Amino acid sequence: MYRIVTKKALTPTLVLIEIEAPMIARKAEPGQFIILRVDEDGERIPITIHDFDREKGTVSIIYQIVGATTEKLNRKQQGDYIQDFVGPLGNATELPGAKKVAVVGGGVGTAIAFPVAKKLHQQGVHVDLIVGFRNKDVVVLEDEFKKASTNYFVGTDDGSYVRKALVTELLEEQIQAGANYDAVFCVGPMMMMKFVCKVTEKYGIPTIVSMSPIMVDGTGMCGGCRLTLKGDNGESVTKFACVDGPDFDGFKVDWDEAVKRSRMYGEWERRKHEETCNLFKKEAK
Amino acid sequence: MPNMSLKKNEMPSQDPNVRNKNFLEVALGYTEEQALDEAARCLNCKNHPCVGGCPVNVRIPEFIKKITERDYEGAYQVIHDTSSLPAVCGRVCPQETQCEKYCVRGIKGEPVGIGRLERFVADWHNEHAKEAPAKPESNGHKVAVIGSGPSGLTCAGDLAKKGYDVTVFEALHLAGGVLVYGIPEFRLPKSIVRKEVDGLKALGVKIETNMVVGRVVSIDELMEQYGFEAVFIGSGAGLPMFMHIPGENLCGVYSANEFLTRINLMKAYQEGSDTPLMPLEGKKVTVVGGGNVAMDAARCSKRLGAEVYVVYRRGMEELPARKEEVEHAIEEGIIFKTLHNPVEIHGAENGYVSGMTCVEMELGEPDASGRRRPIEKQGSEFELPVDCVIMALGTSPNPLIKNTTPGLEVNRKGGIVVNEAGLTSHPSVYAGGDAVTGAATVILAMGAGKLGAKSIDEQLSKK
Repeated sequence: MYRIVTKKALTPTLVLIEIEAPMIARKAEPGQFIILRVDEDGERIPITIHDFDREKGTVSIIYQIVGATTEKLNRKQQGDYIQDFVGPLGNATELPGAKKVAVVGGGVGTAIAFPVAKKLHQQGVHVDLIVGFRNKDVVVLEDEFKKASTNYFVGTDDGSYVRKALVTELLEEQIQAGANYDAVFCVGPMMMMKFVCKVTEKYGIPTIVSMSPIMVDGTGMCGGCRLTLKGDNGESVTKFACVDGPDFDGFKVDWDEAVKRSRMYGEWERRKHEETCNLFKKEAK
Repeated sequence: MPNMSLKKNEMPSQDPNVRNKNFLEVALGYTEEQALDEAARCLNCKNHPCVGGCPVNVRIPEFIKKITERDYEGAYQVIHDTSSLPAVCGRVCPQETQCEKYCVRGIKGEPVGIGRLERFVADWHNEHAKEAPAKPESNGHKVAVIGSGPSGLTCAGDLAKKGYDVTVFEALHLAGGVLVYGIPEFRLPKSIVRKEVDGLKALGVKIETNMVVGRVVSIDELMEQYGFEAVFIGSGAGLPMFMHIPGENLCGVYSANEFLTRINLMKAYQEGSDTPLMPLEGKKVTVVGGGNVAMDAARCSKRLGAEVYVVYRRGMEELPARKEEVEHAIEEGIIFKTLHNPVEIHGAENGYVSGMTCVEMELGEPDASGRRRPIEKQGSEFELPVDCVIMALGTSPNPLIKNTTPGLEVNRKGGIVVNEAGLTSHPSVYAGGDAVTGAATVILAMGAGKLGAKSIDEQLSKK
């Protein structure tokens, strides 16, 4: 069992929890993920590590309440325990040799962009952190982002905060203004990553994306997280996000397939989420 | 006076048309009467060739004699002396190619039902034995075991009995390895695995779940920072193989590992499970492959309401699965399309499987494996309507431990290289089971776990 040391709602649906997991905290690196189960019969879900404190022995994650499992997770309060917490899984993000990078995050992906930006920034890399949110109500972690970057750019889909701009637009502006990035690291909804890659490919800027497909064990055993990538000679290559990733060359990912695979249990998940909410409502009465 | 019947006592089982709709155990086990009758078929012959056929050398005639004396606990103790998991082996061992293959009674007629008797004894023990085994006195040596499958549990059990302080590190949230994520409930109830694991805990074995060795801690760290004097790697062969044909990454194509893990470990077959599985009621499922895992996947699919085909590139005779499993599958209504091979899986607009192109095969000359090589019949392509495809083509060892343990040698197929004592190229690190051999059987893995324990004991007791 793993204790929730702190819990903080960043928005009504985006929540940060800090979990006591000293062994994982010792090893965690930006870009890696954990798998958790809320309770005895719970589903295993992967969540990317947001931050870690090696001395305190804690690992923080940010989750969005989107389904039955995150709904159940959100019922747990500070001091409560969750059943399982495994990691660190996957490979750490690496941008070897890059001196100037753009780190692009969208939605809950901004939470994952943070540790990568922070690490690069600490290493003396010039980091432009570009984040996008739906509207002003869901803008989060700005102080942290500013500290973890050289320049911080933010846009909202509806213009209710700072300016109306998608991350692709913010990124392209910087590129056109002569930012001259060695690499771009991008994490967020699959569609956003796909379109960021379309922009960067135009300018020939190597782009690493962090994939978060459906997975069960997270150790290479199930193959549920597999993706199709373009090989060096144009052939199709299958990779497992859990052990070969989660970072991949964004220009090589078969996005359409990845999007479809991510929706495989969509209908089931919606129904399950509804059932869980109804159950909680009943309990509350 | 021995029972000279040429036939084994039949195993009472659930009716095929009932069991193919539930996940309860298929084989129900001998009654006491049947066990006594079957035990009386053993001639207690002088050479007892059966013992040599058992990878862990269970003293078979001795335990059977105890049954005839109605000393069932005594019989259990005889088995337990050399086997840590009697209730498991009595269910999933391929006795027909091991102990029973060498039984003298098998020369004329059927061999003694050794596996069925073993199961009877183990179940009797689980039901009647009250006393927890005494925890042996500690000898002060610390050993780490990686993986809690058959080899790891066996190694841990043997060492614990000798007083070692053993910690088992398991990557998943539940101990048992393939016994819990791979083999379905209807062949091996999970309550039995739990009992075996509890038995080890009573011997003082510590089990640390959620520990992915290689990620959260390395083997060198276990030895240098955590004080383990020796390590046994029993991490299995967990990586699923695929065919690399077009369409294999469509929604509705599963590796057998994923399909079975969702069902067995995550209980996706139960109403209200938190883990999803695509609905199979009234759907067509094709399982590709012919081993025991393919049979398990096919029989699970059937139980979930699907029409199920097994597509295998060689013939019925060549199916690598146990004969009993194939027979059970046929009885349950699974359709075998042998001498067939998929070449492409087709998808609908929504990304889901809509069909599959197969070819017919014929058998040519024997290949390196000694089996006749399947050859594609030119122009024999045909379409098989299918909604879900399960790839049960075998598995290979996970490279995580190799990649994070400098100096650990592996072979071309990723199997860890060991000497005749089970020692790897890394000092004080032993390995066994599927991590060494690639996918094999539970009992072979147990044999390797035993050898590892023996070698570790020899090394550490000299200290």
